[in-house]
Amino acid sequence: MTAKIVDRVMTAVFYLIAALLVVLLVGLLGYILARGLPKLSWTFLTSPPQSLSAGSGIGPQLFNSIYMLFLTMLFTVPIGVGGGIYLAEYARPGRLTDTIRAAIEVLSSLPSIVVGLFGLIVFVYYTGWGYTLMGGALALMLFNLPLMVRTSEEAIRAVPHEQREASLALGVSRWRTITDVVLPSALPGIVTGAILTAGRAFGEAAALIFTAGMSTPRLDFHDWNPLSPTSPFNPFRPGETLAVNIWKVNSEGLIPDAKEVSAGASAVLVIAVLLFNLMARFLARVFYRRMTAAKL
Amino acid sequence: MTDSLTSAPPRPVWVVDRWSETRALEEAEDRAVSQPAAEGAVAIETRSLNVYYGDVHAIKDVSLKFYRHEITALIGPSGCGKSTYLRSLNRMNDTIPTARTTGQILLDGVDVGRPDVDVWALRKRVGMVWQRPNPFNKSIYENVAFAPRFHGVRKKKDLDEIVERSLRAAALWDEVKDRLHESALGLSGGQQQRLVIARALAVEPEILLLDEPASSLDPVSTAKIEELLFELKKRYTIIIVTHNMQQAARISDRTAFFLNGELIEYADTKTIFTRPSRKETEDYVSGRFG
Repeated sequence: MTAKIVDRVMTAVFYLIAALLVVLLVGLLGYILARGLPKLSWTFLTSPPQSLSAGSGIGPQLFNSIYMLFLTMLFTVPIGVGGGIYLAEYARPGRLTDTIRAAIEVLSSLPSIVVGLFGLIVFVYYTGWGYTLMGGALALMLFNLPLMVRTSEEAIRAVPHEQREASLALGVSRWRTITDVVLPSALPGIVTGAILTAGRAFGEAAALIFTAGMSTPRLDFHDWNPLSPTSPFNPFRPGETLAVNIWKVNSEGLIPDAKEVSAGASAVLVIAVLLFNLMARFLARVFYRRMTAAKL
Repeated sequence: MTDSLTSAPPRPVWVVDRWSETRALEEAEDRAVSQPAAEGAVAIETRSLNVYYGDVHAIKDVSLKFYRHEITALIGPSGCGKSTYLRSLNRMNDTIPTARTTGQILLDGVDVGRPDVDVWALRKRVGMVWQRPNPFNKSIYENVAFAPRFHGVRKKKDLDEIVERSLRAAALWDEVKDRLHESALGLSGGQQQRLVIARALAVEPEILLLDEPASSLDPVSTAKIEELLFELKKRYTIIIVTHNMQQAARISDRTAFFLNGELIEYADTKTIFTRPSRKETEDYVSGRFG
């Protein structure tokens, strides 16, 4: 075979692989949406679930998912970006840094069910909280921090060294150099990390089953006091998310329309992740433009 | 001058060199006759300065005095330590973990090399410009206003004034005054380099360190920067590292020749280029190596 033919064959192979990936994605999305979209209605999105009869909604679960996402990002982003700043700007090569890196690697490779069991011991029993959204958010943070740290570190490292030098040479402190010169330039990369993290958090079930529980108390959506037990905003109440709900309805649900409910919930999950993605990118663009005057 | 000129491809180096070498030498001679270098006030001085990068002894026992309102050129082949030496003057080598410095750096007679000296205050007094223009990823206005704001200027009016004054001093104001809030990264290379100079001037330094400020620019931009340096010399003390011997001869009052981390010879520019006292200097300036 001549080099030319090999070249052509390999080009075709790579095109095929790319096409296969696209077909997989389109097929998967199409399947989920085709099955789920007919089920969607305002009532489905807002009404509470039933335990025995047909006609379940996913209102509380949808709310729980979004609230849980908010809580976990509240912890994950600052700590993750902080870790990224430390590793990119302050950590000196040596045994300590190697140990930290190894710890992050191990943490990122833990199966989520193990993180859930750890959460059960620490956030449920040890703290005495029981199943809570807070416990779930903390478990999600544990399991998402490595990704957030690594993506922020990479984004921060990618900012040219000359930018830091320029700022330092003007007599600007190291901290202000980081916050005012480095972070704005690294923002797009950090946002990508946050979006990846959020997608994982939104879709995670195993780590939440043992930490945030599989049920939601009766919620009064007019009660906005975060300390009241019936308030949806109380972080110390149990609450299952959409992903947990899909698992529960399919594995131990007694309702006759379990298939339809889980199909609808899956579609909502996919759409919510997509919407979140778009929104985060939009906000990041606005911030980036404001901070750097760059046109994206 | 138009932008199309600034973005023209640089001419092959050897063409420029042959032609401008004689001219540069003539100019150096002219100037030496018209303004002999007098011993003015010392702006900054090093005594027995040594810099090590790990085990590498990069600067060996260099003692040098730089005079106020003069342009001093540091020349020498690649890797001779001239950039390292320049960076030690505003202690930028502190940002490299493996770098170690001994000896004294006297700014107005005060040793600023000591670890307890406020390095931010020092860098405010000793500005720096690099080989490759490195404007911040911010608007033109913010590039200039950033450091003054850090150093305590808060009022919008004061900042506006600093921005305009600095951009004017860097001969950039007329080109950018209508687009101050656009990204600095949209400027041409030569404009970016003048913006970096404006940014350095905004904190009102006494000394400007320039590390081959024109080597990545085309001849027209280079000429503009050199013109600008002549102008700035009236108010600042300028120390410039350059690879380009014609440039050193054209613009500097004094020249220091470095080789392998050592200061070989330091004299007024005319002497260095016409009657150097050391063989190495003569070989280098006549193009026999480097």
